[in-house]
Amino acid sequence: MNWTVALPEIVLALCGLAILLVGVLRRDNAFTLCSMLTIGAFLIAAVTIIAAPQGAGYHGLYVADAFSGYVKLLILAASALGVIATLDYAGHEALRRFEFPVLMLFSTLGGMVMASAVNLMSLYIGLELLSLAIYVLAAFARDTLRSAEAGLKYFVLGSLASGLLLYGASLVYGFGGTMDFARLAGELGTPVAASPGLIVGMIFVVVGLAFKISIVPFHMWTPDVYEGAPTPVTAFLATAPKVAGLALLLRVLVVPFGHLLADWQQVIVLVSILSMLLGSFAAIAQSNIKRLMAYSSIGHMGYALVGLAAGTPEGVRGSLIYILTYVFMNAGAFACILCMRRQGRALERIADLGGLGRTDPALALAMAIFMFSMAGIPPFAGFWGKYFVFTAAVGAGLWTLAILGVLTSVLGAYYYIRIVKVMYFDEAEPAFDRRPGSLSFAAAVTALFVTFFVVVPAPFVAAAEAAARAICW
Amino acid sequence: MNGVGFPLLSLVTWLPLVGGAVILSLRGDEAAVAANARWTALWTSLAVFVFSILLWVDFDPANPGFQFVESHAWMPQWGMTYKLGVDGISVLFVLLATLLTPICILASWESIKSRVREYMLSFMVLETMMVGMFCALDFVVFYVFFEGVLIPMYLIIGVWGGPRRVYAALKFFLYTLAGSVLMMLALIAMWHVAGTTDIEVLLHTTFPASMQIWLFLAFLASFAVKVPMWPVHTWLPDAHVEAPTAGSVILAGVLLKMGAYGFLRFSVPMLPQASATLAPLMFALAVIAVVYTSCVALAQTDMKKLIAYSSVAHMGIVVIGIFSINEQGISGALFQMLSHGIVASSLFLCVGVVYDRMHTREIARYGGLGDRMPKYAFVFLLFTYASMGLPGTAGFVGEFLVLVGAMKINFWLALTGSLGMILGACYMLWLYRRIIFGTITRAELKAMLDLSPREMLVFAPLIVMTIWMGVYPSAFSGFWDASVSAMVAHHQAALASPVHLAELVAGVLR
Repeated sequence: MNWTVALPEIVLALCGLAILLVGVLRRDNAFTLCSMLTIGAFLIAAVTIIAAPQGAGYHGLYVADAFSGYVKLLILAASALGVIATLDYAGHEALRRFEFPVLMLFSTLGGMVMASAVNLMSLYIGLELLSLAIYVLAAFARDTLRSAEAGLKYFVLGSLASGLLLYGASLVYGFGGTMDFARLAGELGTPVAASPGLIVGMIFVVVGLAFKISIVPFHMWTPDVYEGAPTPVTAFLATAPKVAGLALLLRVLVVPFGHLLADWQQVIVLVSILSMLLGSFAAIAQSNIKRLMAYSSIGHMGYALVGLAAGTPEGVRGSLIYILTYVFMNAGAFACILCMRRQGRALERIADLGGLGRTDPALALAMAIFMFSMAGIPPFAGFWGKYFVFTAAVGAGLWTLAILGVLTSVLGAYYYIRIVKVMYFDEAEPAFDRRPGSLSFAAAVTALFVTFFVVVPAPFVAAAEAAARAICW
Repeated sequence: MNGVGFPLLSLVTWLPLVGGAVILSLRGDEAAVAANARWTALWTSLAVFVFSILLWVDFDPANPGFQFVESHAWMPQWGMTYKLGVDGISVLFVLLATLLTPICILASWESIKSRVREYMLSFMVLETMMVGMFCALDFVVFYVFFEGVLIPMYLIIGVWGGPRRVYAALKFFLYTLAGSVLMMLALIAMWHVAGTTDIEVLLHTTFPASMQIWLFLAFLASFAVKVPMWPVHTWLPDAHVEAPTAGSVILAGVLLKMGAYGFLRFSVPMLPQASATLAPLMFALAVIAVVYTSCVALAQTDMKKLIAYSSVAHMGIVVIGIFSINEQGISGALFQMLSHGIVASSLFLCVGVVYDRMHTREIARYGGLGDRMPKYAFVFLLFTYASMGLPGTAGFVGEFLVLVGAMKINFWLALTGSLGMILGACYMLWLYRRIIFGTITRAELKAMLDLSPREMLVFAPLIVMTIWMGVYPSAFSGFWDASVSAMVAHHQAALASPVHLAELVAGVLR
């Protein structure tokens, strides 16, 4: 048995336990220390991912390949940005508890397990580890009603989704006779072999995952949870779990159910179109920026699925590039949102950004970059994500999807550039408080990435291509 | 490789951005930053202009292909290269962009008072995008610059514009974006056929005839908005009216050329069958634009709006010229694009001169300015004539050639096209009469000062260009004659060979 394939996860889990111990033993003021240690643990895990051997292990439960490596590095980057985002926030909102970064760490661990899962069993374990930690995080500000409500809402609906997924998994097992992805793929080598029960099971699994990445029609929880949860948790929620969920959806549909392309393609095309439409239309009317980001993330997941809908290695590559650009622009935008504070009070209205171009030009510039990028305007990174998913859609002949997709991106551009409008064209509101260094750092790093992605896109595209080749054959 | 020994086009493209970085890093109190930003922007754009003169000097007009070509690996596995180069069709537009930018900066020297740093930064970014777009020899590079123009222009209209600037900026952005995204799909489809986005390769790729129609329509969606063609021209009057003077100048001078340039670079040479098939549609839209928007221009009470509608009409003439696809027509279209770039820009500057003094663009608020502002009256008259297409000015040559080209296609096309010239004379002369002639009736007009030395400096190069292009047009048309002949020959060859069907079948079988 090749146990080293799970080395990054083992390292991260041990680090997490150690950090927990540190937090417990050092009673006073362990929050900053634990956060720093968590970021350190992410770095170590990232190094191990690059160094650790590839291959399968644990009797086919677990695999380390180019795909899982790509996804895990992205999850780690997203989580590290999430932890950085909490550094300042927790101090303001009296949430300075060392469990905060530790929960994020375990959630990240769950995401990494999901990325490596090649069996319905390990898939479920990873997903639950990821979700349970986030349920707690969403309700972390337990004294505020909104946060408690968000946590509860997420928990109830999330449990329902987990149940659906589990039910689907049991159907697949019952009708397919195995939970191993590769063997399922073998069983389904001839699409005729797929019994209706198995297809129903597959649909249930897809529904469970669709809930996690909040695509229409399983998105209802998103705006409320995004709005209610503490903002750094929202930032985290919008990035790392989405990467993990999307990665898992890619692997599940491409590997075990790859031969059923004709069955699931229409489903993915439909939910993708619906997500893009809803993400564009519903966001227009929002006045709360966190809700706006919720609808925006629904739309973005729709675009990411455009690649999957193509069902080709090119499409998987497109989705992977899309999610990469999505993570950076989303994390950056949330870093900017977290800077919205006057006299220590956090602000959430879009109108509060009024005249930011005058009062804080650097922050406004960063936010404008993220908004233009999300709208898919070149040369920013967001454009390249769209370019590669639509390349795949056109390659697969999905013209309706492609045309609807680009047109909804114009609708989406409306509300993104409306934020630019508020920042630059509107009358100046009073200035925000001084920006904390941690958020400036996060915003600067992501803004630089989003801006200069165009200069050297080739290595990222190559990595995504290698990842896609690892799961498509 | 190019004849100058260093990557001239990259330098011209990216130098403004370096100036932008300098402007971004300026520190100090607001007045000092504003002054430094103005001077940095001016010197940068002048340096860019001087470098771009090298293009004029070293360009070999006899060579119909691309010159000054630079190519660097960018995403080689996926058929994308960072590739720049100019041919006879694009070289003068690079010069137009680099000429108009310093003029714009000078024109906004005093009229822009707030947030000067951001304004100058936007113009520097805009110049990079415009020049890059005309130089791009890779479709993806082209697309990046083509869309990238939206960002600075959106900010220029929205931040420094008039009362309805927010509406105008949003409309401009969304109209243009909606067209462009469809072009992106066309781009991707072409990449799937050719395996590369290199424009030089695409120019010699034969696309299946049925696909050409769709590609053509996708391009049309994008370029028609930019040109702008009827019925998607409505963003233009709004954007022009609300934009600050320099914004209108760049919009009329360069941005409107991007659409027509796109037709010449992509639609006509790459999609010959579709261009021939759909030419009647293009003619119909263009003729409607010419006649309808000229009539609309007659009814305007706002000076900028009138000139904006006249721009739509003039660009309609350009479209007629392009799709007549003969040497006279295309050559005339190119000439008309250049002359419109100079003349319409100058007219917007003329409006800016009185707007800076009176802060209104209502035609009815003016009258009798000739008494107080003789120099201004002369300059305005010259550009009015040029806009009408009076022989001896830049406007004449282009319109004449286009009508000759159109006459070869269809008599009625040429006749309706020439209606634009007649109506153009009506609204321009009437505008001039209402503003300059008559007696001064309003007390506030009596205090108006004539052109300042800075304003004279702004107009001087434009006056020279207008007359130069009018009396010695071959100094300009010489640049593109070879390229246009090659394009027309290529087009006719593509139509003559029966769709390369045999080759296509052979390719599939192989």
